[in-house]
Amino acid sequence: MKSLITRRKSLLVAASAALALSLSACGGGSTTTPPVASASFEAGTTMQKLNEAQKITIGTKFDQPLFGQKGLDGKPVGFDVEMGKAIAAKLGIPEDKIEWVETVSQNRESFIEQGRVDLVIATYTINDARKEKVAFAGPYYEAGQALLVNKDDNSITKPEDVTGKKVCSVTGSTPAKTIAEKYNAEVVPAATYTACLEPLRNKQVVAVTTDNVILAGYVDKEPDAFKLASDETFTKEPYGIGLKKDDTVFRNWINDQLEEFAKDDTYKKAWEATAGKVIKTVPELPTIDRY
Amino acid sequence: MDAVIASLPQYWDGFLRTLYLSVISGIIALLVGTLLAAMRVSPVAALRGFSMFYVEVARNTPLTIIFFFAAIVLPRLGVRFEQFEVAAIIALSSYTAAFIAEAVRSGVNSVPVGQAEAARSVGMTFTQVLGFIVLPQAVRTVIPPLINILIALVKNSSVAGAFFVLELFGYGRQLSNDYGNQVLWILLGVAFFYLLITVPLGLLAHFVERKVAIAR
Amino acid sequence: MTSVLYDVPGPKARLYSLLGSAAGILIILGILAIAVVTLAQQGIFDADRWEIFYGPMAPDVWSLIGQGILSTLAAAAVAAVIAFPLGIALCLLRISLIPWIRIPTQVVLEFLRGMPVVLMMLFVLLVFATGQFQAVVVGLVLYNAAIFAEILRAGIQSLPKGQREAGLAIGLRSFQSRMSIEFPQAVRRMLPSLIAQLVVLLKDTSLGYIVGYEELLRKIQIMADFLGPDFLFPAFFVGAAIYILINLTVSRIAIMIERRGSKKAAGGMASAIKTVDLEVNVPGTDKK
Repeated sequence: MKSLITRRKSLLVAASAALALSLSACGGGSTTTPPVASASFEAGTTMQKLNEAQKITIGTKFDQPLFGQKGLDGKPVGFDVEMGKAIAAKLGIPEDKIEWVETVSQNRESFIEQGRVDLVIATYTINDARKEKVAFAGPYYEAGQALLVNKDDNSITKPEDVTGKKVCSVTGSTPAKTIAEKYNAEVVPAATYTACLEPLRNKQVVAVTTDNVILAGYVDKEPDAFKLASDETFTKEPYGIGLKKDDTVFRNWINDQLEEFAKDDTYKKAWEATAGKVIKTVPELPTIDRY
Repeated sequence: MDAVIASLPQYWDGFLRTLYLSVISGIIALLVGTLLAAMRVSPVAALRGFSMFYVEVARNTPLTIIFFFAAIVLPRLGVRFEQFEVAAIIALSSYTAAFIAEAVRSGVNSVPVGQAEAARSVGMTFTQVLGFIVLPQAVRTVIPPLINILIALVKNSSVAGAFFVLELFGYGRQLSNDYGNQVLWILLGVAFFYLLITVPLGLLAHFVERKVAIAR
Repeated sequence: MTSVLYDVPGPKARLYSLLGSAAGILIILGILAIAVVTLAQQGIFDADRWEIFYGPMAPDVWSLIGQGILSTLAAAAVAAVIAFPLGIALCLLRISLIPWIRIPTQVVLEFLRGMPVVLMMLFVLLVFATGQFQAVVVGLVLYNAAIFAEILRAGIQSLPKGQREAGLAIGLRSFQSRMSIEFPQAVRRMLPSLIAQLVVLLKDTSLGYIVGYEELLRKIQIMADFLGPDFLFPAFFVGAAIYILINLTVSRIAIMIERRGSKKAAGGMASAIKTVDLEVNVPGTDKK
């Protein structure tokens, strides 16, 4: 009983700490923010336009722990958000001039096409179908699909183990499609990934599936309740930065910046401040796909 | 357009599940709603009070919250179900029952007082008056509003798509992600299948309404 | 009506009724107690779960809830303000004497009424790539305008024929008669239904949860996601209570207006004249 109470206490403490963190980030005291460059760009490029406007709109997820999650103060935090800040800084735009817009899985392409956002950094997997409508810089990270199971469940170690069983995922997401079509699991659709945790806890589903980094966030929050079925992933999800399809100059420029972030430790710092709290190994920047 | 044709199996599956949710919830809601209406006019104060309280709260709670309660809070209370459809049916029928109770009650009130007085004067008890005289007459005026409530139920079942049940709306979301470039057609397809249920019901309501009006 | 269904209960019946009531209350209390105990076993009532509402985090938590309430009310208010005039316009088109205006309108209305609101929201969100707020508002407007139109049409049809005939007889054009004679009466007659529909509209803003609009329920979810799942239940209970309170308040207002209206209707001709008199003289009464 005592340990239960302390666990809960520690949770509360963790929550307050997270809050304090987000508050301090709001106050501008964040250590991860790179210095704003006083860059100048060739006239007519997107970089020059954004730099001149001193404003950039970035679409991100608001419900993905470690990558893009909205804090209590209304500002998103996570690795995607740090990437956005770093790119904005290279454009000479300070952090408080970034407008964050929530993009959900279904509206990312249309938001880019209609110019509602300048960039989408939202655990956005690069694939050929999407490349028909938008362009991708990066990948800046390679995730993979994994399974989250109850701590005491050792019967599931690989995706084949969930064939014919109930697996929860977000309605219409790519992981839901994969687990249903490739492994014949029965998909239980939910509005958000966090909503999936309840049926898992109650053993109404055997697993929750999505990208490993997102699931790691849940394991981090409740290590006594959940675990990853395996450290192996069964798909490759290269995350890219989405932008207008024909803007090759901007795409190449972002790719250059990403390589620079890897060299000057911006990438490492961004990781350590966010996802690195759970996944200790700092990933290598994947080879940029300059198509 | 071809995306819609390619997805017909999914549409059909979703359509059947929407129909299933609506029919089962509709039957339960009709029974519970009538019972609530009877409680509302009964001599026992506690029954009246309970019915009033239930109807008032259920009608003023957003359906999304009721779904959240049925699908996420109830399992925590130990009410576990294998099929998530059960949670959806609980949510839909407990919400709809309140509206049905209100409709039936106003139907009861629309029956001329003389009917009940006559029945009572020949010595019928409360249950007999209600069961043999008042409710059968109330049904006529009540049917059009009841059909409208059932139409609303079919449409409300779409909320289940966000709470672990893959019905028409859930498939709509899934398909619109699969075919990102044909969202318009995909969603119009979903709309078509909903109309396939709601429009005939609406026509039926109009028809019954006209018939009742003539009979009066 | 209800009182003629049974005798005024005698002493024995009153006793049974009392015993029955007591038993009923006990059963309900028992179910509640089981629920409370089950929840308590899971630590839901532990003080540290609720500390978010009064502890050091309370200002942030409440400001988040406040924002949620505001977004809920904002979406409902904007939608209502647009939907009402649109509903009047649709109603006019629907009862137009010209068939090629009336029939297409009827088709559109049937389409809108047969569609789940949340599907319309998703449609606007994905096809027009709007923000979530616009999607919620447009979805609510389209659906509720259709319902308002139907309510008003029913109101106009319930008016005695003589109203319109008298209007036309004194030389008003059809449209003038609609606007200055029939609509004001229809609106008054249908006021309870119209307000009931407003409550539905307010409730339907919670569908924004599904399309990602940050109304109250979504804010609650975001808060719980951020703080950890232990706080989902306290947050949910508070959110649900606030939602129900807001809706109950609006419903109460609706009932009050309905009572006021029915008193007027019940008074017959003489008192109707008096009320008209009154309304002309009392300042602040809505009379145009």
